[in-house]
Parts: sequence; structure tokens; C-alpha cells
Amino acid sequence: MSGIVRYGSYVPFNRIQRSAIGGGRGERAAASYDEDSASMAVEASREALRELPEGAEVDTVAFVSTSAPYTEKLNAATLQAATNLPKSVTALDLGGSTRSGLSALLAGIDMASAGRTVLVAASDVVVGAPSGPRESGGGDAAAAFVLGGNGTEPIARLIGRASCTEEVLDVWQSPGMPFAKQWEERFGASIFTPLLVDTFGRALADGGVAASDLAKVVLDGTNARVFRGFMRPSGLDPAQLADGMAGSVGRAGAAHAGLTLASALDGASAGDRIAVACVADGVDVAVFEVTDAIADGRPKHSVASWIGSKRDDLAYTTYLKWRDVLPFEPPRRPDPDRPAAPPMQRAERWKFGFVGSRCNRCGNTNLPPQRVCVVCQASDDSTAEPYADSECRISTYTLDRLAYSLQPPVIGAVVDFDKGGRMLCQLTDVDPDKVAIGDELEMTFRRLYTAGGVHNYFWKARPRR
Amino acid sequence: MASKGICDRVAIVGMGCTKFGEHWNRSASDLLVDAVQEAYGSAGIEPDNVDAYWLGTTGSGISGLTLSEPLKIQYKPVTRLENMCATGSEAIRNAAYAVASGAYDLVMAVGVEKLKDSGFSGLTGSAPPGDGTESGMTAPANFSLLAPAYAEKYGVDLETMRDVLTKIAYKNHYNGARNEKAQFQREVPVEKINSSPKIAGMLGIMDCSGVSDGSAAAVICRAEDAHKYNDNPIFIKALSFVAGPSEGAKRQDYDFTTFPEVVESARDAYVQAGIEDPREQISMAEVHDCFTPTELVLMEDLGFSPRGQAWKDTMDGRFDLDGDQPVNPDGGLKSFGHPIGASGLRMMYEMWLQLRGEAGERQIAEPKLGLTHNLGGAPGRCVSFVSVVGL
Repeated sequence: MSGIVRYGSYVPFNRIQRSAIGGGRGERAAASYDEDSASMAVEASREALRELPEGAEVDTVAFVSTSAPYTEKLNAATLQAATNLPKSVTALDLGGSTRSGLSALLAGIDMASAGRTVLVAASDVVVGAPSGPRESGGGDAAAAFVLGGNGTEPIARLIGRASCTEEVLDVWQSPGMPFAKQWEERFGASIFTPLLVDTFGRALADGGVAASDLAKVVLDGTNARVFRGFMRPSGLDPAQLADGMAGSVGRAGAAHAGLTLASALDGASAGDRIAVACVADGVDVAVFEVTDAIADGRPKHSVASWIGSKRDDLAYTTYLKWRDVLPFEPPRRPDPDRPAAPPMQRAERWKFGFVGSRCNRCGNTNLPPQRVCVVCQASDDSTAEPYADSECRISTYTLDRLAYSLQPPVIGAVVDFDKGGRMLCQLTDVDPDKVAIGDELEMTFRRLYTAGGVHNYFWKARPRR
Repeated sequence: MASKGICDRVAIVGMGCTKFGEHWNRSASDLLVDAVQEAYGSAGIEPDNVDAYWLGTTGSGISGLTLSEPLKIQYKPVTRLENMCATGSEAIRNAAYAVASGAYDLVMAVGVEKLKDSGFSGLTGSAPPGDGTESGMTAPANFSLLAPAYAEKYGVDLETMRDVLTKIAYKNHYNGARNEKAQFQREVPVEKINSSPKIAGMLGIMDCSGVSDGSAAAVICRAEDAHKYNDNPIFIKALSFVAGPSEGAKRQDYDFTTFPEVVESARDAYVQAGIEDPREQISMAEVHDCFTPTELVLMEDLGFSPRGQAWKDTMDGRFDLDGDQPVNPDGGLKSFGHPIGASGLRMMYEMWLQLRGEAGERQIAEPKLGLTHNLGGAPGRCVSFVSVVGL
């Protein structure tokens, strides 16, 4: 039976306190200035893909977001390239509703039942109008799932499901609108609560599961008021509710149902049944049963570990600047150059996949890959050497207060890899005052800048999270 | 390395140099006219006498037309060249080799840069279309890596290191204050250098060379013809140029306390000039002090100080104007300014003045051999030029 073979999550390093936004409790996760929904999807996907079981070879990639970096140009192609998946994958971008994350998970499982192995990565950078509830209650995060059928042992099997679609004006954003709008929540609740009760009941019936059998229930949607009248009619106890992370992450758009499911899986035991419901433009409900394979199937980072690894004092003006909401005085430096298509194409394995070369003659590694070895000068005699998951440390570094950046100073570091090779690259997710020679680092996929409408993706190093 | 050199076969018989600085009212063309016409006058020649020109500029024009058009040069070869911040020195080297070959009798090397029209801080340059994976670090950031690395390797505490860097900036401004063509002609108090706004790493704005406009030019001929043009020519003893394979940026064994390219170009130049002990034999030097720690490291790479000792020699005043081995007597890039394509020729201009006894208040007593050193790029990834000149 098809299900989730592996999963991964990603919560960015920065948090903004709701008190700094103008009220409310807790904090929300904020993508850094060098992140977007595609780069965060890559980070979550790397978690999910790191140790695939025997026989699981991803042949389908879906990127799901309501904040895709490109409206035209396949964002899933960036995901494929950055995760070094084969070019033979079927790749698609999905979105249009924050429910699409869970919808894509169900669709992926259907594809798995048809023999495919599917990576679904849902990711969102949620930007609300300043001082509004979406800004305060939203969050930025990503979740990724590898879905498989026969031949791969899932960590959680899909045992029941139901859906419902409703043409209703709840949350909307049309081209040219800087921020999404939402109709009065009381109206939404009046429509969605009965739909949720009905759909949830059908999903349980589909799986032959009673409400009391559920170890965890994940409830996600555009409108928290929907859930008030849902629990009792559905026979659920508040103790069954999974933590929605409203106070630590915020609702991460299309990624949120997946992120909350990932968190539930982090703490699940074999045999646990978990229901996931997402309410936006209708309802999707999925019921999973966790298998014995969960013991060896968890990612390196739990959702809780991402949440615990943070800098939580992001200034509101800085946040608005990062999200391109607040105009600001640019540095007195030239704008960065738009990267050019042919050089990016030629360097694709390096730029996106972070693959260097190893000299077949002397064994030295070259970053970026070199035709002539820097040590022995052997020519055209090397093998591709992947570096994305290689550990590294700071040989030396500097704070560059002159370089162009949305968050000066640029921290430039000479990074030496444990398995050989050196590169000069930027550090990110680090307090400039706390950088030290010898610090242990790991690589992270980032959007360095955008020029001429072209997002310039490449890798940076960050302190290990 | 097998360069044979052209020791004493080529002479400089005239030079010109504009004031360096913010020339809001002068274009690159204006600066070229000023420097070249001064050089014509210095050598006592007419434009018709010059057989060929080499023009160095990194970004203030393309092609030989950059020079021929403003000067109305009458249908002669003008080569435009670029080698990062060593561009001006490359103009000298190529021009000198052209007369040494016998292809021409009298040539000019010219350098120019107009930096202040961009409206930006620091240097700007246009790279070819790329894949967007470069580090994006600026020049001061790249060179700032030298200071902590040097301090750690030789056990110099960071406060002392700060004093050493400040001493270098202070010295070069002291010298520039005695130079009417320098961009900055005022001494700068130690406290001001120490507390200047931070640009990169340990480096403040007072650790950085001046961004400026300027032009300089040299008239060059074979040694046997030199006295036809000038009673006091200076002679080229060595010209060396090295482009490194960019190892330091890629190999973990590079430690940011040296420029291997400089070591090699110095070694080659000393062989050409027959110099065995540069610390004793070189009377004075103009070196590429783009940032203060660069000058510190260069003192060791050029063999002026033993490894790990340059900071002491610096503090002891060895490289002061009245020291045993004055370095950057004209104020250097720090105080004279750094219009990139012109800087190598500006260094040579100071040698021209000093060797001919024309340096006025800055005059060094009886200099015999002078060295110019010009660098382009960044630690671990650079080009380096060294010349030795004398009487």
C-alpha cells in the first residue's frame, strides 16, 4: 500500500516577535533575505532525500507553493537541479491555494500507487499586509515528502482519505495585488465547519477508523474559527490535536499541513494513526497509519530541532525590507549583475547541485570543478564529486561592509571541506559578532539576489543547525 | 622561470603625471592629454618622434582610440591593455620590450583611470556575463583576510597589529603630505586612522587606498639613444610579471600571509637585475599598498624583511622616508591615490624623480636602485609585477 517513504522539514533561522509587529503572543518564522519558497523547498527536500531506502528512486517532482519565485519558469526544475535528481523526472509546479500542499500529497500517493516515486515539496513565504493578521499569524517554512508504492516500505501508509471542493470567496489574491485578502472569518466558518465535519467523517469511514483511534489530528486552514465547532461533533478530544505551532512558526501557507504532519511523525510510534485535515477552498483529509519503518525513516532534523535553532530578535523594519515591502536606501554600490543563461546552463551541476570534481590522477578536489587540476595540472581527467552534504569549517573570514547585500555586512569566509577542497563563500544565518575561525559549517541552498527578474541561486555556508 | 631580462638595455627619458584625485572637471581624455603632453615636454620630443604607444586602463576606455583620439595621434600603433591593478606597469613592460626588440626606437607607456564618475564607493568593474556563483566580496574584504592570518601566524596580538597597520597608513600619508600631486596632501593623526569607520574585517576606511582619477606617462627608448633625449635618463634593470594559477583560493595549504605571485616576480626581477640582497641593495620602493596589510606582507614577499619580521621593521621606522629603506616615498596608493591604470606609471614617476634628485622635500639621499611593485587581484588569486630601475 502506498504512503510516505521519507519526509523532511525546514524552518528558517530567523524569528520575529509578534510584539515587535504590534501585538500578539509568540513569534513567527521568517525566511531570511536570501531565501524564498524554492530555496526552502530544496532544504526540506534534502532532508527527505538524504537516506532513501533501497529501490526508491524519485521519478516525479512536485513543487507546491502560493509564493513561487517565478510565475513562469518551472520552479520544480530548480528543485530537481539542486537535489541532483535525474533529468528524467516528471516535474510540475502546483499552487493556487494553501490546501494544495495536502492535495499534492494525496495526488503523489495516487501516483505512487501507479508505480511512481514522487517528491512533493511544499513551501511558502507568507507575506501579509503590514499590521494585518496574515503578517502576524503567517510563517515561512517548508515540508517535503517522498511517496512510494509497491517495493518500498513506507513509514506511514495512507489508509483513508476524503476531499471536498467549494467555490467560495475566502482568501484571494489576484495579479497586481501586493497582499492576499480574506473575507470575514465568521462567514468562512459558517461554510467550512459543516464541510470539514462531513469530509473528516468520510475519511475516517474510508479508513475504517474511529475518531478515538487517532493518536494525532492535524488541523490546518485559512481560518482557525472553522475548528471551533468541529471537534465535538467529530468525536475528537482536544488532547488528540497536534500542535499547530502558531506561537513558534506561524501558519506556513501551503507547507503548513505538511509541516505539522512532519512534526507529528517526528513523535509518532509504529501503529499510530494520524489524520491530517486542511481547510482552504474546500477540505482535504488524509488518514495515515505509521509503520515499523518509522524507526529508521526519520530525517536528520526534526521540526522541533529546526524551531529550536534560531535567532529570535529580527527587527520589524529589517523584516519588511527583506520582504520588499519597505523601500530603503541601497548601498552606494552597483546593482549586482543579472546572471546569464548560458553560463548558468554550463555550470548547472556546480551552481545548483554543488558538485565539484576530484582529480583521477592525484585525488585532489577542485571547487568549482576544474578541467586542469590545481595541484597536479592533470587535464580533463576528473570525476564528479558531490559537496552539498559535506561538512566544512571556517579557515578564515571577514566582514565585508562594502559589498552589496540586503543584510550587511556580507560575511565572506574561506571554507575548507573535511574531505578536501576550499572555496570562498558567503556565510548566512549567523551573528557576525559570533563568527570564529574553526567554526563548523554546513552548506545551504540560497537565493543570493535577484537582478533583472532573475533569481540567482547558489550555495552558502551556515553554522551547523 | 626563464626570463632573460633587458638589464640596462632600455631607458626612460621623459615622464608626466597628473595630480591624482577627484577631477570632477576633467575627463579621462583630458587627463591623458595632460600626462602625455607633460611627458613629451619632459623628453623634449614632438608627437611625431614617438613610434608606438601602450595604453593601460581597466575601464576608462577600450581600444587604442582611447588615446589616439584625444591626442590626435597620427596613424600610429596604440595598444590598449589591461592586467587588473597592475595595468600601468604592464604598459611599461610591453613598451620597454618593444624598443628592446628593435621594432621601434621611441615609444610611450601611458596609464589612465577615471574612477570618480561612477558615483559608487570603492572600485567597480564590469565582469563578463557569468553564472552568478562568484563570492561577491569586495577588494577590501579580500585583502582584509591578510591581517588576522599574519597576526596569528607570527604571534602578533591584534592590538599590535592595529598599530602596525596604522603606522603604514600614517607613514604613507606623511609622505603624501609632501607631494603636490598626491590625492591626500595632509598628515593624518594616528587616532583618526585607528577610529576610521570599518569597511572590512580589521580595515577601516583609512586602511584603504584613495579612489581617484589620474594619468601618467613614460617615454622609453633603447639605452644607447637615451642621452639624445635627456641628460639624466633612468635605466631599467628588471621587469617581471607573474600571473598565478589561483591556487590560494582553492587549496587548503594557502594561509593568507603571502602572495606567492609576488615572491616569484621578485625572485625573477632580482635575477634579471643581479640583486642578491634586496634588503641592502634596494634603496627605495614604491609598492602596491592597496590596503595597509598588503604593504606589510609585501615587505616580506619582496625580501625587504625576513618572514615574520616586517611588522617590527615597520614599527622601527625602517620604511619611513628617513629610514634605511623608504617605501612609498610619494605617499603610495594610500595617499597619492589609485587610479588603477595609472598607478604603475605613477610608481615609476616617483623613481624618475628620486633617481634624478627632483623629489624636493621627499628626496631620498643618493638612491641607487629603486623598485616598483604592482599587484592585481586578491590574496590567493593575483597577478604581480616587479621592476628594478637605477642610474
